[in-house]
Amino acid sequence: MRFELTADQRLLQTATADYLEKSAPLGVIRALHDEGRTFDRVTWQRGAELGWTSLVVPEETGGGSVSGEGVVDATLIAEQFGRGCAPGPLAAVNVVAAALAEAAGADRHAGLLGRLLDGSTVAAWACCAPGGGWDPEAGAIEARPDGDGYVLDGTHDGVEHGGDADAFLVLARTPEGLSQFVVERDADGVSVLPLESLDMVRGFARVDYTGVRVPATALVGAAGGAAAAVERQFQLAVVLQCAELVGVVERVLEFTRQWMFDRYSFGRPLASYQELKHRMADMTLWSESGQATMAAAARAVQERRADAGELVSVAKSYLGQRATDIIQDCVQLHGGLGVTWEHDIHIYLRRATVNRLMWGTPSAHRRRIADLLNV
Amino acid sequence: MTATTTAVSDATGMESVDSFRLRAREWIPANLRRLADLPADERAQRNVSSDQSAWQRARVLQRTLYEGGFAGICYPEEYGGLGLTPAHQRAFNEEVTDYEMPMLLNVPTFTICGPTILDMGSEEQRREHLAAAIRGDEVLVQFLSEPGGGSDLAGGTTRAERDGDVFVLNGSKIWSSGAYAADYALCLARTDWDAPKHRGLTMFLMKVHQPGVHIERIKQVNGGDEFCQEFFDDVVVPASAVVGEVGGGWAVASRQLFHERNAVGGGSPYFSGARAEGRRGTETDPLIDLVRRTGRADDPYARELIAEAHALGVIHGHLVDRVTAGMRTQKMPPAAGSLIRLFHGESATRQAEIALELAGPAAAMSAPDGPDTREVGVSFLFRQAEQLGGGSTEMARNIISERILGMPREYAADRDVPFNQVRHGR
Repeated sequence: MRFELTADQRLLQTATADYLEKSAPLGVIRALHDEGRTFDRVTWQRGAELGWTSLVVPEETGGGSVSGEGVVDATLIAEQFGRGCAPGPLAAVNVVAAALAEAAGADRHAGLLGRLLDGSTVAAWACCAPGGGWDPEAGAIEARPDGDGYVLDGTHDGVEHGGDADAFLVLARTPEGLSQFVVERDADGVSVLPLESLDMVRGFARVDYTGVRVPATALVGAAGGAAAAVERQFQLAVVLQCAELVGVVERVLEFTRQWMFDRYSFGRPLASYQELKHRMADMTLWSESGQATMAAAARAVQERRADAGELVSVAKSYLGQRATDIIQDCVQLHGGLGVTWEHDIHIYLRRATVNRLMWGTPSAHRRRIADLLNV
Repeated sequence: MTATTTAVSDATGMESVDSFRLRAREWIPANLRRLADLPADERAQRNVSSDQSAWQRARVLQRTLYEGGFAGICYPEEYGGLGLTPAHQRAFNEEVTDYEMPMLLNVPTFTICGPTILDMGSEEQRREHLAAAIRGDEVLVQFLSEPGGGSDLAGGTTRAERDGDVFVLNGSKIWSSGAYAADYALCLARTDWDAPKHRGLTMFLMKVHQPGVHIERIKQVNGGDEFCQEFFDDVVVPASAVVGEVGGGWAVASRQLFHERNAVGGGSPYFSGARAEGRRGTETDPLIDLVRRTGRADDPYARELIAEAHALGVIHGHLVDRVTAGMRTQKMPPAAGSLIRLFHGESATRQAEIALELAGPAAAMSAPDGPDTREVGVSFLFRQAEQLGGGSTEMARNIISERILGMPREYAADRDVPFNQVRHGR
């Protein structure tokens, strides 16, 4: 729960919650999963009208936040996505849109940016080496200068919503250093392999580039000048992921608490047992701490502070671990019911587990903290 | 075929463990298939199976063991067993490690239901059902838990009403693993609603497939569906099916729970086949494969995690040995089985966590041609089953604190209250 929201932020939060409840209740998510689909494009475009795609994009390039703090606004949406394990490429599109809008010479990609903002197009950030771990040095594929453009060769793994993307923001290395390119999905030499995902609806893909030829105008920003932008995109992706974890945990604790009042054992409700009360107290503490650290990280990313990277890693190392701890214990409190397909808790556990593993595991983020502290 | 090596007996007339081991060593390769030679799909189905054919195979294997004189090793001779000791069973388990065994019959048929019938059943029930199970003709299951509450077993509301020389059952049972493939079940039902909960129960050894019994499979988060829920609609059970006394069902169930805790924790002398617990490599080998496939074998953190998982497995074996000896010498109460059960739940959880940590992103997404790490993610989703099945770890902690440490019992609102006055929720 957020304590200090502006009226506009509350409106955004409520509208998002209401729309997700109407368009993508858990039954719809199960149906999408059964049909092998990840999300519904029409629903996504309606979400774009609510602001899901434009909050972290400056007004002058067609976006606009509701509070002047676009990153914080976006975490409000991500939280609601977590509460409903919602389908849709929220982080993928926001990260790419922010990258395109903030890069020098942004008007080169104004067309794609506009289509991302109105929800008619989906793009994904392709930046992880095979295996899906976060390491931009290892994740950058080769971009060889060739005539008036570049030829791309390599593989990206763990591309969030890569199977749904019409275009990719591709992390590559030119002779000048880290660079980013926009590559259309249907470009010659691009092949996309959707992977089997642990989540019900959040897909991942492997993208292979074999001699993919792009013009120099496909560059996002300057050749060799992408390092700072890449770090910021990463921070944004992780903070949205943490916000989603906050929503997941909050919702699971809500229905587990209710269950403990409704379920009787030995003639009394589960909620009356001291040991279980203590565990709920622990989990509530972890949830509150997670919300606190996520909010601090969101503010630091919003303000582009020097310690934003550290705070994002602190949040992810904590929430990534604690979210699965909490949900697994809530499974335990539901008893055997909690490990059945029929009960909804596994939908939340799947989302939390995938979030724990992608964009850096808790241990990877702890190592990042150690690096940032120059240990 | 029977072994040609002659049995050598000791002074009491019982065959020595060494002699038994040598005969097994000769008989096993001649009569059983090596696991390494099994088709992959058959190997995968050995321990837990939702597949009718795996159950048929288990019955055939059990018959093979019976005809070879290696079935029911610790069961008394008068009920079709060999009347030998846990040491003989351990020797056989060691010899048969690399061979196909009817593992599906261990739990609950031989380690839980059989010993309960042995402890509490009538002479007729023992002669009929133990012998049939040892021959491979009968599979036994448990109808204990109910949808209204698994841990509060004595609070069950499945009713059995007497009608002359039969009882009529109505209600529902849940989490009975493999019920669809079973012949008989130990079913706990309420015969007296005016008595406090423990005193109004009766145990029945009932036929599973009969008019009025409807069985549904439960799909789990890992995709398996070996668990079942049964619905009873005016099921007729003869009075001869009562195990122990009418109204004395809780005494039977208590023995059953004791055997179940031993079975789940890995301390049952009736378990036949290679033990997973404490065997070098059971937990560790897949993890070592995993880090090699994901290229992390030189990562000190990964190596530490593997060592931790391995140590847990080894310590589990040590604990089983200690608790088994403690109970054998009566230095520990029967409740000590809960120590093994709790360790198992906790270590299985930690091991699932370690595997997830080692697999990293590859547990969340899997390519058809990549390292097969999908199983790690799915196992993590199903992690809590090890803390729930066979009695939750919360119950184990209660038992340890109350029955081993003598701490005050948790307040129960239903103690000594006529059952029809006890509050119920969902």
